[in-house]
Amino acid sequence: MDDLIAEFLTETNESLAEADLALVKLERTPDDAATLSLIFRLVHTIKGTCGFLGLPRLEHVAHAAENVLGKLRDRELVATPGVVSAVLAALDRIKLIVAGLGATGSEPAGDDRDCIAALERAAAGEAPEAGAVAEASPVAEAEHVEAPAAAAENSVGSQTIRVTVDVLEELMTLVGELVLTRNQLLQISRAEGTSAFTAPLQRLSHITSDLQEGVMKTRMQPIGNAWNKLPRLVRDLAHETGKKIQLDMHGQETELDRQVLELMRDPLTHMVRNSADHGLETPDVRRAAGKPETGKIRLNAFHEGGHIIIEVADDGYGLNVVKIREKVLSKGLATEAELAVMSEAEVKNFIFRAGFSTAAAVTAISGRGVGMDVVRSNIERIGGTVELASTLGQGTCFTIKIPLTLAIVSALIVRACAERFAIPQISVLELVRVGRDTGGAGSMAIERIGSTPVLRLRDQLLPLVTLGELLRLERTEAVPVSATVVVTAVGSGTLGIVVDDVYDTEEIVVKPVAPILRHVTMFSGNTILGDGSVIMILDPNGVARSAGVSATRAQRGTGDEAATGARSDDQTALLLFRADGDTAPRAVPLSLVSRLEEIERSKIERSGGGYVTQYRGKLMPLIGMGDGAPTGGDAPQAVLVFADGARCMGLMVDTIVDVVHDRLNIELASGRPGLLGTAVVAGQAAEVLDTSYWLTLAWRDWFGNAQSANTRPRRLLIVEDSEFFRQLLVPALAAAGFEVTAAGSGAEALRLRDHGLEVDAIISDIEMPDMDGLAFARVVREGGAWAHLPLIALSGRSSPADEARGREAGFSDYCHKFDRETLMESLKQSLNAQVML
Amino acid sequence: MSVHGAEVRAAGAGDDSHAFVTLMLADQLCGVPVLCVRDVLADQTIARIPLAPPEVAGNLNLRGRIVTAIDLRERLQLPRRAAGAPSMSIVTEQGSELYALLVDQVSEVLTLQRSKMEPNPPTLPPIWAEHSEGIYRLAQGLLVVLSVDRLLALGLAAAA
Repeated sequence: MDDLIAEFLTETNESLAEADLALVKLERTPDDAATLSLIFRLVHTIKGTCGFLGLPRLEHVAHAAENVLGKLRDRELVATPGVVSAVLAALDRIKLIVAGLGATGSEPAGDDRDCIAALERAAAGEAPEAGAVAEASPVAEAEHVEAPAAAAENSVGSQTIRVTVDVLEELMTLVGELVLTRNQLLQISRAEGTSAFTAPLQRLSHITSDLQEGVMKTRMQPIGNAWNKLPRLVRDLAHETGKKIQLDMHGQETELDRQVLELMRDPLTHMVRNSADHGLETPDVRRAAGKPETGKIRLNAFHEGGHIIIEVADDGYGLNVVKIREKVLSKGLATEAELAVMSEAEVKNFIFRAGFSTAAAVTAISGRGVGMDVVRSNIERIGGTVELASTLGQGTCFTIKIPLTLAIVSALIVRACAERFAIPQISVLELVRVGRDTGGAGSMAIERIGSTPVLRLRDQLLPLVTLGELLRLERTEAVPVSATVVVTAVGSGTLGIVVDDVYDTEEIVVKPVAPILRHVTMFSGNTILGDGSVIMILDPNGVARSAGVSATRAQRGTGDEAATGARSDDQTALLLFRADGDTAPRAVPLSLVSRLEEIERSKIERSGGGYVTQYRGKLMPLIGMGDGAPTGGDAPQAVLVFADGARCMGLMVDTIVDVVHDRLNIELASGRPGLLGTAVVAGQAAEVLDTSYWLTLAWRDWFGNAQSANTRPRRLLIVEDSEFFRQLLVPALAAAGFEVTAAGSGAEALRLRDHGLEVDAIISDIEMPDMDGLAFARVVREGGAWAHLPLIALSGRSSPADEARGREAGFSDYCHKFDRETLMESLKQSLNAQVML
Repeated sequence: MSVHGAEVRAAGAGDDSHAFVTLMLADQLCGVPVLCVRDVLADQTIARIPLAPPEVAGNLNLRGRIVTAIDLRERLQLPRRAAGAPSMSIVTEQGSELYALLVDQVSEVLTLQRSKMEPNPPTLPPIWAEHSEGIYRLAQGLLVVLSVDRLLALGLAAAA
């Protein structure tokens, strides 16, 4: 039977039962408006759905009944027993038809004119005798449908029940607890050896597994549910783009956890939309290429080893590597040199990068910058991966691999120092046993580039992080000679996590971490192991992010060492270059340089007394080592790009000389700002760059002297209920040299005030729950330590009326939420004005 | 050890009286309202959480639920507990999350008259003033009534 019909039957049976009860109640209290509108709504819904499903008999009867009910509701009719009987008779007739529908899958043949006529008479106010209608229904027909009605009792109507999602979630939690307890018992039993408990425990264990499976099943939904809107979407797209598209769907019945399903809905829709819009050609192009006019999009879903694989494939253009390269270059996502060494697969993976879209034109359908990067991050958020395969001229195929469920996962238990951690199995690619340092045990060994550990794994260089160091664990025992590298898939790349030991895999129940620990993004949750101990679950993507951050920190550390002249016997990769017209080379540790660029002269623009260029979709300040001007000539400007967190700046140099491996040993301190001193590098004296000087220089200039070198940083308080905006604003303002404190609500901010927090200015959101920005401003202005501070409103709405309301409440300025420039300007003015006061 | 019995007594003792679970923290007698307390635990195995704020002592397993342990000595900036010294914890619930407050010793439940509670003396160090609701003068010494909500407002403390 059609799924829609089955669903309709379940729903209608429920509605009818409810309507029956309500009608009887109505007869007793004819004036009860609430009951009346309830019945009206129920019948109306039935009518609407019948029309939609193409069930004319039902529709007509329901329509006639609705007419009567409408008049009752509008008080044109009184609910006399006669009228109610007519409606009840109509409901009975609906039940009969529904029963027939349930038995055969289609409406039984029959004539409802009598019933409809009775209803029409009732609607017209000619109250028929109570019971007349019921008698009027032809006996023959009643007999005709009686048998299927009895059968229907046992079919769809009674075989499904509706359970709220909450109940299912609660069951899932309980089963999770049960699994944990079972694991604990098994652990004890294993330690005890054979005992009288062993056999029943085995049985308990089996039942628990079955129960877990059963409860998981209740949460399972066929993936077809996430696909049912796609045929329509594709049809509309085909229409709009003038393409002929056929959508093939396979494996709709593949089931996955509803939570996962919900999270997959949007990415899938987006991918299909992309395939239709960018992937497939127009009929002319297809004909010219010798392909059938109709393009195919194929969706396929199936189970594979505890995961669901979803394929989204089209037989269109395929990805054009040449075009992607051009695009990558023009967007500044990578340099030519970097692209040259990349494999085709790596180049193709650029379509997952933020700010990349191959469509030349922005169409109404796609190409608005929300692209495959969002798709990938959504998939990764639920612990999935996405891969792509594409042949030019033959099409593209995306393969998504996602876990069946998020609640119970299989995880690898590892040890770092004295602590154990769980790594979700889905992201583990392989385990490699290695020697801890060059010359250690085994043929595989960890090598170092500068201070960064790497592993040569077959044909690739695998970046490594040492879990113990990353988590700042204290090592109580001696460093073991060998370690294990857990190779994990993060984003489109791989990362090796160095751990001391690997235990076994265990089914773990993922529990969210306490709110006060949410900021530690390296953990995706915590769990209780079979032995009762609580351990943290690592999120490899979070580890990768943190590793990126801590790597820059570590590198800054080496810079400081150089500054104090500490002897460092480690060889460092040093970049030698010439700048400021000087013939003596200058040096900078290569690890501090995030990339080398050559920028066309025409791309360098003057702005605000400095130089900038558009780099990766953002403006990057350029600083010259001499007078700040680009070094002469028409050749492209060589630039060293330094990145620190979200900020980056370019240092313009004359030429890049070489990269040498040498000890960085500064022997003469420098009196000149921006240089640490002189070191002997590769046999000649070179001045060593103080990168932090140039970074601060670039960014202080950039933000218009928001903070002058000698005064303390300005302190800001941000009041913003949205975590998203807090995360957006705090780093941006911190980057501009402010000391930022964030509060999630007006009340929290006021508490901070009462605790004596001193700030120089306050930025507050307007739309907030409980105490909105206006109320907050009034309280601040009423008195207390902050009464005279600059108070800047941030709002999504910035009409003059809103602004006037803001000023009235005490705000000194009003900025639009997304306009960082205006905010900076406003801050600068407010703070300067305050200094003058 | 459960204190549900005490809860019942507290409820029956009239409007003005409040029952407190008393505890020791670095030789200071403190109390928390008995209604906040779900469980009192003896010394537990606490799994450390890397990178957590210093006040967070770690996680512990309370009958299959994960409880975040907060060391009140750290929270109130008191000297560290000597290595190996026993501790006890008071389990409390906030927004469906369980927290264990680590203290030196948990002792009896006292029922006290609300009207006898005195405000914090103005000279109380800020860290105590922030977390104290008031003081009771008892024969065995002064009892500081701790506010569980404020003790658990860790995120806010980090911001301030």
